[in-house]
Formats: sequence, C-alpha cells, structure tokens
Amino acid sequence: MTEITAEPAMRAAAAGGPQALPAAWRAAAARGGTELRVFFRDRSTVGFIVALPAILLVLLASIFGSQRAAGGSGVTIGQLYTAGLIAGGIAATSFQYLGISVAIERESGILRRLSATPMPHVAYFAGKVLQVLVCAIAETALLLAVGVAFYHVSLPSQPGRWLTFAWVFLLGTAACAVAGIAVSSLPKRSAGAAPLISLLLTVLEFISGVFVVPLTSVPKPLRDVAAVFPLTWLAQGMRSVFLPAAAVHLEPAGSWEHPLIALVLLAWIAGGLAVCARMFRWQPRS
Amino acid sequence: MLGDMSNAIAEPGQDPAVLVRGLRKSYQGHQAVDGIDLDISRGEVLALLGPNGAGKTTTVEILAGQRGRDAGTVEVLGQDPASGGRGRAGRGWRSRIGIVAQSAGTVPELTVTELVRHIAGFYPRPRDPAEVIGLTGLTEKKDARIGLLSGGQARRLDVALAVVGRPELLFLDEPTTGFDPKARRQFWDLIRQLSEDGTTILLTTHYLDEAEALASRIAVIKAGRVVAQGAPAELGGRTQGSATVGWDGPGGRRAERTAAPTRLVLELTREFGGEIPGLTVTRPALEDVYLELIGDSER
Repeated sequence: MTEITAEPAMRAAAAGGPQALPAAWRAAAARGGTELRVFFRDRSTVGFIVALPAILLVLLASIFGSQRAAGGSGVTIGQLYTAGLIAGGIAATSFQYLGISVAIERESGILRRLSATPMPHVAYFAGKVLQVLVCAIAETALLLAVGVAFYHVSLPSQPGRWLTFAWVFLLGTAACAVAGIAVSSLPKRSAGAAPLISLLLTVLEFISGVFVVPLTSVPKPLRDVAAVFPLTWLAQGMRSVFLPAAAVHLEPAGSWEHPLIALVLLAWIAGGLAVCARMFRWQPRS
Repeated sequence: MLGDMSNAIAEPGQDPAVLVRGLRKSYQGHQAVDGIDLDISRGEVLALLGPNGAGKTTTVEILAGQRGRDAGTVEVLGQDPASGGRGRAGRGWRSRIGIVAQSAGTVPELTVTELVRHIAGFYPRPRDPAEVIGLTGLTEKKDARIGLLSGGQARRLDVALAVVGRPELLFLDEPTTGFDPKARRQFWDLIRQLSEDGTTILLTTHYLDEAEALASRIAVIKAGRVVAQGAPAELGGRTQGSATVGWDGPGGRRAERTAAPTRLVLELTREFGGEIPGLTVTRPALEDVYLELIGDSER
C-alpha cells in the first residue's frame, strides 16, 4: 500500500483541485492482500479447506482402492478419486467457503462498512477471486502430490493437457464462485447459508463423480440432475487431464466433451454474474 | 452530478451540508420516519435526540446512502445519496462522508493498524493511520488483533475507521452506547477536536448530557417526526418559559413558579429587607423539557 502523506493532499484541497480516487486495480489488490492475510491467519480454516480433499482421497482410496475400475481400461480407483476430488476441492473452496464467508461478512456488517467507503464495489469481488484462486491452487497441489505419491497418478507430460487443466480450473472456479456468491444472498440470515450451501455441495458431490466413481455407477436420472450443475463438468474436465487416455471408455458419454464443458461452465458464469448483479446485498435483510 | 469525478472540496459558507424535506420511510406498514425536515450547516454539530424507535437510525442510514426512502427530498453534500447506480451514490461522494453505524463489523483476524491502513487506502486524501489510532486512544492496542479488543475499544476503532478518510461530514449513530464514563469523556473530546477541524457532524443519541455537551443544535425526534429543535440552552423555549423561585420563608421552604422571576425576587428582597434566605432561581432542566417533548406533549 502506498503511503499517502497528508500535506500535499491538504495543499491540493486548499487549491480547490479535486483529489483523485485510488485506482480500482489498487483497491482490488489491497482487498486481495487483505483477504489472503485473513484467510491464512485463520489456521483451522486453512487446514480444513486445503487438506480436506487430500484426507478424503486417502480415506476413499484406502476403502475402495483395491478395486480396479471396470471396462479393462487399467484405470485405478485412486486415479478416479484424485481427479474427482480436485473438482470437489475447487467447489468446496469457491462455492462452499466463499458463499458462507460472504454470508457471514454480510451478517457481521463488514460488507456494510466496506460499501460505505469509496472502495469500488468490484474490488471486493476481485479480492475474493484472488483468495479463492490461491486457496484452490494450494489444495489442488497437495491433492496431486498425494495422488502421485500413492495412487498411480502421473502428471501429464503433454502441454495440451496442461492447457486443458488451466481453462477447466479457471472456468470451474469462476462458475462455482459466482454460484456461491449468488446463493449467499438467498437465506435470510448467515446461519441459514452454511447448511444450505453445504447440503447442495454434498448432494452434488455424490452424483457428480466426486465421491462415487466411476461416474457410470451413478444411476442415469441422478447423473442428469448433476448435468445441470457445474461440478460434474468440472470433474469430467479434470478426469480428461489426469487419467490415462483409455479412461475415456468409462465416461457415460464415451468422450471428454470439452466444448460442452466450456459451454456449461461459461453459461453458469454468465448466469451467476447476472444474478449477483441484481441480487447482491451489502446489508442483511431487515 | 452523479459520480466518481465530483470530489471537489466544498468552500465554507456554501450550501448546507444536509438538507432534508418531507422525508418518509415505512417498514411493513410501520411508519419509521414520518415527514422529517432537517438542515445542517457546514461545520455544525447537530444531535438527533430521541427515544429508541423514534427513527434516528433510519434517518441516518438514509442520509448516509445505506437505505432507500419512500418520499421526500434529501441532499447531502449537494447530492442525493440515492442518486447513483442501484440507488447508491458514487465513490466521490462516499469519500467525503464517514459513518459510525450501530452495527458495522470488523475483521477479528487483522490488527488495528492493518485494518485502519487498509480502509485508509480507499480514500483520496486519508489522515495518517497512526495519527488516527492515537486520536482514538488505541495506540497501546495498535498491534492487537481486533478480535481481542474490548467493546469500548472496538467502538473507538469504529470511529477511527470512520474518520481516517478525512470526511467532511461524519454520521455517528449512538456512538457511546456501552462506554464507561471516562471513555465517554475522552470520546467527547475527540468529537470536539473533529468539529474544530471543520468536520460537520450528525450525532444520534439518547443521552441528554451527550447532546448538551457536544451539539450546537439539538433536534428532538419522536415517532418519526422532529418535535423541536434549537440550541441546547433554548430548546423547547427553556429561556422563555417559566422559572421556579425558591426561598426559606418563615413557615418553611417555599417555591413559586412564575413567568417573571426577576419581579418576584425584587418583591422578596423588599419583604426580607435585603438578603433572601436560601434563594434559588431555576429554569427547567433540559431533561424536563425533553421528557415533556417526547412524553406528554401530545396528550
């Protein structure tokens, strides 16, 4: 943050010159820095959010890991869980943690305080995005490390796969984040936001190829429900990056459907932004 | 008119800081504000005095751009607070006001200095954060986590965050609720200092002594209406109304309420041939006037 001394400002004011407001990017950077500082000081949250997907991977792979996925693809359960939990972890950070924290900040009046300052409103969201990105990257890296070390996951060597990872990661994080912010405005009190958001995520994790793998073992009607939401598409994208090429035979569609993944995630981003722009509240309902 | 560019500093003696005409706001059939007219000149300290539920907070929130209104004209620093996009005034306008709301959260994980600096960074010409922390008596706590502050310290932090942007107009909504007497005195000194620096202040309170100590003018509000306003000493005709003359007569203590106390004292002087034993002349206290205004005045 730049030190602004009072003296030149006073002189400019006395001369009648209008004072420039700090640039929006500067405010956004300040918000992002503060968000990260707060997040990493809250150690229990950091531990929970960043480590939970890795812990779930160890648990699920230990329980079901002896099985091989059907179809003779040579894909292990551990590999499927690694890809699925990357998606689940991204959703936990960007949808669940973000949505709940926005609801809490609205209830406690932090949002009201910020909105009363000349902070450009977009800076608040930019700060959240930065915090969510850093957190999601940390948690994905930890999960991949565990997957590579214990569950036959190999990091892709082709640049094309990393490119896929990059856009799936960014679009998926953004889609879940705007959904989380939109949902945070729904319950009347923040106490109602946590159960609602957690319930939605848990149900989606069961039917989107995160907790139950391969996805073909989820009944078709439930898969059709899941297809409306971003999580299943995010998980599918991650499988296309981290699973052997033969694993495509385990997909219900028989292909990775990259264009469709991009389309659904972009639609969620556009729709979510529209809802946020209309519904976002800086104060609790009264 | 609207917008982020208009951050020019007002010349003293220009149009009033706040101009309100016929302001109305209801919540689900309850008329919280029922036709308020109010003017606040630049540099003035106005106390909005009234019982709980009188409409003080709603009025402040509307003036501060945090709540919409049903009817009426509102101009704050020359702008309608609800004139911007989605009913909010722009950044330039927001940089000129400060708000100590009744319930504005902080961030428990940050230290006092970190949050004050963070908020200061959003303003075009902030005060020095360390100076503001000193002004609000938080220097000893500057490196403490906000979550560990006492209630009174947290309230002082609210004030620090509201004034660090060097506001021209400061809204204080019941700022000293929960303060011990010493903290209240220190807070009053701070408000006087801000006022001397030229800050226009709108203060709501239900403490009479606070209004009397700080305000150059008091507006008494009851059931969403201003029922009286004036300088603290003159409120409700305090200096024009009757006075009570008391003295020790031959048959014990006597007291007489009269519109002409000087004449009565003169008569008594003659009667006693000099000094009147135990003489007192009292005007109604602000408290009496206030209770009359908010209580029995509408019988």
